[in-house]
Amino acid sequence: MAIPAEKQRSSAVEYVRGGWRNALPLIRRNGAVAALLLMVIALSIVSPNFLTWNNLVNLVRQVSIYAIVAVGMTFVIITAGIDLSVGAVMSITSLAMAGLAVHYGWNGVAALLVGLLFGAFIGLLNGLLCTKVGLPPFIATLGTMSVARGLGYVYTNGAPIYGLPADFRWFGNGMLGPIPVPVLLMLLVVIAGQFMLMHTRFGRYCFAIGGNEEAATLSGVRVDRYKTVAYVLTGVLSALAGAIMAARLNAAAPTAGDGYELDIIAAAVIGGVSLMGGQGSVLGSLVGALIMGVVRNGLNLLVVSSNWQRVVIGGIIIFAVTMDVYGKRRRG
Amino acid sequence: MASLAHAGQRHQGGDETQVRPGRDETPLLLMKGISKRFDGVVALDQVDFDLRAGEVHVLMGENGAGKSTLVKVLAGAHIPDSGTIYLEGREHRFSHPQEALQAGIAVVYQELNLVPGLSVAENLFLGREPLHPALGFINNRQLLRSAAEILDSLGVSIPLKRPVAELSVAEQQMVEIAKAYAQNARVLVLDEPTSALGEAETQRLFALIARLKARGTGIIYISHRLEELAAIGDRVTVLRDGRRVGTFSVKDVSLDHLIHLMVGRQVSEQFPARSAKHGVGDVVFSAEGVSRPPKVHDVSLYVRAGEIVGLAGLVGAGRTELARVLFGRDGMVAGRMFIDGRPVAPRSPYEAIRAGIGFLTEDRKGQGLALGMTVRENATAASLDKFIRRGVISRRKERAETSRLVDELRIRTPSVEQVVRHLSGGNQQKVVLAKWLLTDARLLIFDEPTRGIDVGARAEIYQLMRRLASEGVGILMISSDLREILGMSDRVYVMRQGRIVGEMDAAGATLERLLSLAMGGAA
Repeated sequence: MAIPAEKQRSSAVEYVRGGWRNALPLIRRNGAVAALLLMVIALSIVSPNFLTWNNLVNLVRQVSIYAIVAVGMTFVIITAGIDLSVGAVMSITSLAMAGLAVHYGWNGVAALLVGLLFGAFIGLLNGLLCTKVGLPPFIATLGTMSVARGLGYVYTNGAPIYGLPADFRWFGNGMLGPIPVPVLLMLLVVIAGQFMLMHTRFGRYCFAIGGNEEAATLSGVRVDRYKTVAYVLTGVLSALAGAIMAARLNAAAPTAGDGYELDIIAAAVIGGVSLMGGQGSVLGSLVGALIMGVVRNGLNLLVVSSNWQRVVIGGIIIFAVTMDVYGKRRRG
Repeated sequence: MASLAHAGQRHQGGDETQVRPGRDETPLLLMKGISKRFDGVVALDQVDFDLRAGEVHVLMGENGAGKSTLVKVLAGAHIPDSGTIYLEGREHRFSHPQEALQAGIAVVYQELNLVPGLSVAENLFLGREPLHPALGFINNRQLLRSAAEILDSLGVSIPLKRPVAELSVAEQQMVEIAKAYAQNARVLVLDEPTSALGEAETQRLFALIARLKARGTGIIYISHRLEELAAIGDRVTVLRDGRRVGTFSVKDVSLDHLIHLMVGRQVSEQFPARSAKHGVGDVVFSAEGVSRPPKVHDVSLYVRAGEIVGLAGLVGAGRTELARVLFGRDGMVAGRMFIDGRPVAPRSPYEAIRAGIGFLTEDRKGQGLALGMTVRENATAASLDKFIRRGVISRRKERAETSRLVDELRIRTPSVEQVVRHLSGGNQQKVVLAKWLLTDARLLIFDEPTRGIDVGARAEIYQLMRRLASEGVGILMISSDLREILGMSDRVYVMRQGRIVGEMDAAGATLERLLSLAMGGAA
């Protein structure tokens, strides 16, 4: 599943050139895509409710929240970093937005913009802690996670904020033609993210930093700056996902998004982003998020208890990271 | 003794005071006919070496002469292809460092191997802690008592309970030596022990060595410092190109003769000829009084357009550290720098590159390349701005420019999209070169440009350097290979202990002069 980026890029071309004989290697290389297809087929057979319009729309709406954050996480992990604070950032920013909208009567768009800025600020804090202060990303973002989560409880005394205005809820429940707004936002973020990763200086430098930080520094890459940008991006996207989450539920809660960071990191890793840095793609992370979503949805449809769901998800994460480590070792 | 006679014949002139071990006394250690190859390259060729109890036997030779390999064979870190090791007359085969240690051979490397968070006493007995007889946990009182005895008997005074991390390098080294003594090491190898020490600390170390000698420990002492030889050495063995070229009693041999032996005959290698009309232009780069203690002190140098300037010196002389300061990677504590006469003070590689400086690091894989990225991505890494229009990288332009350089530098790669991990060392080095060619640098600093590169690719790299110079780039070439320095440089600086200790034209430079300056002898 941890496919070297260079192979990912060429596999489609090879497939066209080599015809059916290359179909098998293609699926093997794009293990995540194959796994997703297999799961969809299996669930369609096992559960009559899976392949219904309502279920699929619901599934993709749920996935959009994970996928949007996973895009930012992809950049961070490609620089060989990690951001554990995303779940807490989703929550605290959604509380801020809901607070502005409900208590101060702001309109939805203005509240959203302030929320995004708030997310950017926490991302900036993460970035500076990792670069200027020099903390390991794991520790720095573990700290901000706890701080953000705690502030959420302090602000609300633990009670959710209900009753969001309609223009805010539109971000979670609205439709543009046949497409739910969160799905549209997800597609926009994924496309923009994939473009940034593959075609801009920022994306190239993320790969260079994760591939060999010292070589990047000695090539004149201002490593601190680009790392920080990756955390800021993740903060903004976490805030966007937080807004969608609150809008869908018509409530912002200090408990919301708890543990999401692990699912999001898992989505990226399942999608081929290497925790050692230097490898991955936004599209891969989208596939990873879809897998996580399909697994959860399938387990729900099959009436597996939430306790067992945790066990299954844990197993999938271990499997995916094992593939990553094993693949790295083989490549030397 | 067939191999000895054989060796003696081959290295004529090296046996004046040859000690023939095994005749009148059994040496503490005898290594006979040790050979070792790495990927077909001979690192040691039929080397004989012996050590008596209570002597200091100094091992000398240029960088790459085989000193480290010999020590690693002795320490069980390398398994020799042939040859035998006798310790007190008994044959030993070490397949693991632990076995050598158990047999009584301890090595103190330049990078110390202590656990920083543990105390001095704990480090001394790491892995052999005295246990409480009944309860099985560590008997700390006993530990401290034993540690105190050891340090007392060696005349070393270091607080036993202090964490090693809080000690000076010199003190850490003493702890490591004491640890070897505590392990009953009969053979102690010291690899350049004074390279990080000041004068007073060196004297303390020598006093410690004298006490170990008196207790019958045999000491193999690797050093580049000629002045130390007379101070503590009993005998000296010179290695060159993996062979032993002579063993002498220190009091019977002159320094000049040793240097002569280390250098040997000139090995002819294909360096491209300097073109006759090769013109040298104005000064493109100069540095005045550049310092960054403790490794770089008051360095002044200049490089003219079209000139290849060699920076010679031994490993650890501060050359790479100087390059990192010039390139803005490490901060300049004092001094000034100029490019084309304009003052520059790069605080980062980003600024240095924009000022017109490029740096090809010694460690290609660790610092020069992202191995998982493609030839194209690596080649354009330092000049990406050129390929960006309205925020978007033009891959077509990247491909075109990289392809041009792949052809020009004859980089053997299936395509510009090849991942550089799969290229050979020489071709990887050319990718690094391509990266810097794309930056239009005025000064290129090459750090060990041909280390680990095969002969064919070497010649090509030399030619490319010449061509770059002829196009007006100034080149500062750091090399530990003195032949490379002589073969390529128009002018040479010699560095020693962080300072420039000599400057000479190509015409006036000889191997003997360079080596002598680098090692601290009289020029």
